[in-house]
Amino acid sequence: MNNEAEGYPLAQFRKTYFEECAELLDALQANLELLSNGSGDEETLHAIFRSVHSIKGGAGAFGFGGLVAFSHVFESLLDAMREQKISATPDVVQILLRASDALADIVGAARDEHVLAADFAADILTAMEEALLGASDPTASGVQPKPDSEVNEVSGERRYRIAFTPHTEMLQKANEPLLLIRQLRKLGGLSIEVDSSRVPPLDVIEPESAYLSWIFTLDTGVPQSAIHEVFEFVEDDCDLKIEVVSDGSLAAPAANLAANSANPARLAASKPVDAAVAPATPTQSIRVDVDKVDRLVNLVGELVITQAMLTEQGTLLPVDHYPALIQGIEALAQGARELQESVMAIRAQPVKSVFARMPRIVRDLAATLGKEVRIVTAGEMTEIDKTVIEQLNDPLTHMIRNALDHGIEGPDDRIAAGKPRQGTIHLSAAQRSGRIVIEVADDGRGLNREKVLAKAQDRGLVAAGASLSDEEIDNLIFLPAFSTADVVSNISGRGVDMDVVKRNVQSLGGRITVQSRFGSGSRFTLSLPLTLAVLDGMVVSVGKETFIIPLTAIIESLRPQAADIHPVVGRGLVLALRGEYLPLTHLHRCFAISDAITDPCRGIVIIVESESAGRVGVMVDELLGQQQVVVKSLEANYESVDGISGATILGNGRVALILDIARLREIDSRMATDRTVFNHQNAIIDLPEEAPHAA
Amino acid sequence: MAADLIDVLARDDDRIEVITLVVKDVEFCVDIKAVREIRGWTPATPVPHAPPYVKGVINLRGIVMPVLDLAAQLDLGMTEPTSRHVIVVAQCGDKLAGLLVDSVQETFHVSAAQLQAPPAVCERDGGSVVDAILPLEGRMISRLVVDRLVRHEAPLAA
Repeated sequence: MNNEAEGYPLAQFRKTYFEECAELLDALQANLELLSNGSGDEETLHAIFRSVHSIKGGAGAFGFGGLVAFSHVFESLLDAMREQKISATPDVVQILLRASDALADIVGAARDEHVLAADFAADILTAMEEALLGASDPTASGVQPKPDSEVNEVSGERRYRIAFTPHTEMLQKANEPLLLIRQLRKLGGLSIEVDSSRVPPLDVIEPESAYLSWIFTLDTGVPQSAIHEVFEFVEDDCDLKIEVVSDGSLAAPAANLAANSANPARLAASKPVDAAVAPATPTQSIRVDVDKVDRLVNLVGELVITQAMLTEQGTLLPVDHYPALIQGIEALAQGARELQESVMAIRAQPVKSVFARMPRIVRDLAATLGKEVRIVTAGEMTEIDKTVIEQLNDPLTHMIRNALDHGIEGPDDRIAAGKPRQGTIHLSAAQRSGRIVIEVADDGRGLNREKVLAKAQDRGLVAAGASLSDEEIDNLIFLPAFSTADVVSNISGRGVDMDVVKRNVQSLGGRITVQSRFGSGSRFTLSLPLTLAVLDGMVVSVGKETFIIPLTAIIESLRPQAADIHPVVGRGLVLALRGEYLPLTHLHRCFAISDAITDPCRGIVIIVESESAGRVGVMVDELLGQQQVVVKSLEANYESVDGISGATILGNGRVALILDIARLREIDSRMATDRTVFNHQNAIIDLPEEAPHAA
Repeated sequence: MAADLIDVLARDDDRIEVITLVVKDVEFCVDIKAVREIRGWTPATPVPHAPPYVKGVINLRGIVMPVLDLAAQLDLGMTEPTSRHVIVVAQCGDKLAGLLVDSVQETFHVSAAQLQAPPAVCERDGGSVVDAILPLEGRMISRLVVDRLVRHEAPLAA
């Protein structure tokens, strides 16, 4: 993949540009949020401007005309705000938010080479242009415009004096003063005076430091903002002062020079202060190709497996004969574990990248539904492995939509219920004991337990007489059959597609629960593993084979009594467990394993739960213990196998397969009915007889 | 000297380096470029629902790789592997597979001109896993198509 990218540098640049766009859009979104909740300051506005400006700059280079046109208007509006011609009223901020959403769509369309409708975002463009028009009329905005910039917009040539002192950081960020000077020259007549007084003797000179300052005198007809634009990307890393020296008629150059000569001293005086205030923070991160990181993760995975093998072999050695070797193995184990954690940490990303998309979803959907909703996020900096981040977006979006659609009431209903007009969704993330916990809480109407229970009974999901705890009733909404109950979503407020969410979450090795109070809201709690590259598993044996069952799927394990096992005609055996009848799946039959225990009462039954297959008892010979395993792909060199989700390597160096428990029940029944075909294909293996049952 | 060297280089184009394998006393060879390494037999973990010639998967330094019984794939019966058996790790594209053979003999260069088209008797449905015959000092060595073996597209035992 790398080679291909290197072969097409333009494609590579394009990819980099869109990666940067994604980051810029995230930053834009985050800063707009700050602006909208009132905690933004002048710097926030500058940051917003820079994001849009950078997107526009790259778009021009790649010839994305529509993107340039839109971001230009967006940028002009922001520029007017920076110059305080327009103030950040809620209305204006709303326009900015919508513009940022539209910008994200336009960038996405450019990336995916989609063609947007000609009138796409036309309303937002109009709104922005109207806001801009309003700004050129000074009475329209509450803020007094700066005299110089205002005059500049309308009249002819002006002389500016620009004092420019780059900081060393500016050069370190690969900004070349010469290029800026050339740009300035394009704006009009330019005379340049350089102050080289700070250049030290040659023997102490630091080649990468900035020692020069410049005074430019520029005669130009362009507005002051255009001069600012030249220094756009270096503003934080230099001292910059732009003044109008003369209006209309140009003063004699001599007078200017005299005025300028005073400047170096002033610059020198201001310099130490600036240096103390803004020691520009050096870049703390580097961009690394994800492939490289993945390779590293794989290598460390191998190292950990080898180390586990050594550790196992080490236990066979007498300690008093090989003390140094044993110590070395222990040190290696410690080192390998730390190395693995550190490497996994490289791939960890803050959940912010997913959380940042949610405010927009809330905005869009709230507008559609005619509801007033705000979203409050917390713990965005909590980090999880990128494998999980990538999978998190869908379930989270679903939950947020669900909370908006069915949880939060319309403004009138809320007021009638004595709540504020605006509903609130709290989205938070936190790390708790090696897992990440994400909560989505709303202050909506909550679950109506009576209705939920009645519906579940109606659907035959709960026995008529069964007594369920409040928590059990709430969690009924995750049952697949429940979600098809369309009426419930309207009456109880919840139920649509929650089984989809649960399935998503479970495929990530996570769990989801809900707590709710009727009338005051619901709280959904997601608990996810920090990574998908390692998995907590139960190691079990069947015959001579070893399998891994994901721990998250296991509810309990037991050795059944003969009296609890019942045959069901044509359906095999069921296990009676506290009034519930669970189908028994014979792992040895699923996978045609000989020498396995076939009597459930002599083996172990593990109760596992999956969304599609519900609760099932899986029969194994023995539990060998819990272990964290590194997940390996079986498809990479072989092919996907029904009933197997992956593979891992155990401490003894042997491969063990990880079970896809959702598929076992079906495979088992197919194998039970397909015995003729089965025997033909695997003539060597004797099929174990149906387990005897003591009924 | 120089002329000799040029001669060698010129010939090099149609020269192929092969490695010979023995399966149930029959000699085969494969292009050595497809062979990544050769290792002793280690017990494989059986894979459910696999064809009989798939012995299972093994751990090749952290990579999970299938081991294919070449004898079964070539219709020569099943191999009961022992520690004396050998796994030839073959690569085809981005896939790796271990070919279980009785032994590995030697490597040598042959010129493309020495290879003969296989007799029609080798043809099976979906093509053959033998694409050439190499007669060598009274021996007959069949050249195997590693691609077909690794991707186990054309199992001979139908």
